[in-house]
Amino acid sequence: MIQYLPILILFIIAAGFAITNIGLSAVLGRRKPTAEKLSPYECGIDPVGTARERFSVKFYLIAMIFVIFDIEVVFLYPWAVAFKELKLFGFIEMLIFVGILLVCYLYIWKRGGLEWD
Amino acid sequence: MNKDLLVYIVVASIKIFLVFSAVQIMIISMIWLERKIMAHMQVRLGPMRVGPHGLLQPIADGIKLLFKEDIIPQKANKLLFLLAPVMTLVPALITFAVIPFGDKVKILGHSVNLVITDINVGFLYIFAVSSLGIYGIVMAGWASNNKYSLLGGIRSSAQMISYELPLGLSLIGVVMLTSSLSLVDVVNAQAKLWNIIIQPIGFFVYATSAIAEVNRCPFDLPEAESELVAGYHTEYSSMKFAMFFMAEYANMITVSAIAVTFFLGGWHGPFLPPVVWFMLKLSACLFFFIWIRSTYPRLRYDQLMHFSWKFLLPLSLFNILITGLIMVLKG
Repeated sequence: MIQYLPILILFIIAAGFAITNIGLSAVLGRRKPTAEKLSPYECGIDPVGTARERFSVKFYLIAMIFVIFDIEVVFLYPWAVAFKELKLFGFIEMLIFVGILLVCYLYIWKRGGLEWD
Repeated sequence: MNKDLLVYIVVASIKIFLVFSAVQIMIISMIWLERKIMAHMQVRLGPMRVGPHGLLQPIADGIKLLFKEDIIPQKANKLLFLLAPVMTLVPALITFAVIPFGDKVKILGHSVNLVITDINVGFLYIFAVSSLGIYGIVMAGWASNNKYSLLGGIRSSAQMISYELPLGLSLIGVVMLTSSLSLVDVVNAQAKLWNIIIQPIGFFVYATSAIAEVNRCPFDLPEAESELVAGYHTEYSSMKFAMFFMAEYANMITVSAIAVTFFLGGWHGPFLPPVVWFMLKLSACLFFFIWIRSTYPRLRYDQLMHFSWKFLLPLSLFNILITGLIMVLKG
């Protein structure tokens, strides 16, 4: 575990740097808030409605498909590391695995899950 | 035992200090270089006033931003609004921990590996940490309570997760050849032949998705100023605004360093010292980013998503299968 210690040190330095930046600008910058300044920016006109609106379900769909394929990628990492030992067996095994996912991928494509308009 | 531990921590701290300062210096010089190179590509002069050839421009910008008013919109979610730039910048800065930037060197009888830490899951570490940056952008978009920010944040996250798949898949070919997830092993395996020659498709997919992953032109949709003002950082001002840009440049440096490590032979090279080779390759990759930005127009959002899902994803899978097939046939 000792080799993870430098990552922790680097994390503390990076986080410290980021927080110092925010703190410095909060201390050094001038502060004269007005109602207009604090309202959401909408090209100069008064903001219409709220920003907590519903947005296109497409983005949610992309996130769901991403999760499926990301799990596939995660399964491929250990396979790739052990590939030189698995040889032909590993190759055929992965052909079946990717083949099943490919069916799923073609289904998503066919049903228009990847269309964007 | 205790003494060994102490030596290890001291050596690691020195390496962290050097790498952290080097990344900061690179970020500052990239800001100047990008403006200067783009200006010359467009037959302009670029910044000329502050210092010789505008060399002190980034420092002047930094000081200016530090003294600017720090506006937090009234309707914003304060905690997330403050946390978002930190969440974006920190992952961008700590990815560098596993990148080997030079060969082993002997200092005072100690053999020092020129990488902050060589963990056996370095590859997973990079992907785990770099995908954390998306949270910062989504948080920034949502917490601002501004329609442009929200749209920019959502667009950006959809784009980044879409391109993360081919990005991860494009490197699997290299992992298959190396049989290791440690970046030091990946570099050592390229002593004779760079991976770009064995894995040209992998490199192409990596380079394309890396540009999209760091939201650079021609994939800079989240910041499309003609439609979204500035995307997720519309409401940000002062140093918090600067931090998003520092994160963008830090991310550029990181993905370039990964490209150098995985495909361009890491620090291997004749005549010059390894660290110099690493820096040269890194600079070439960064120049490539600027070059592309001043060459190509921005894509449309549907083109961007189609390109990732319908072209890059199948292509990266194809690359893995071809690599596997050739390795099996060769025995």
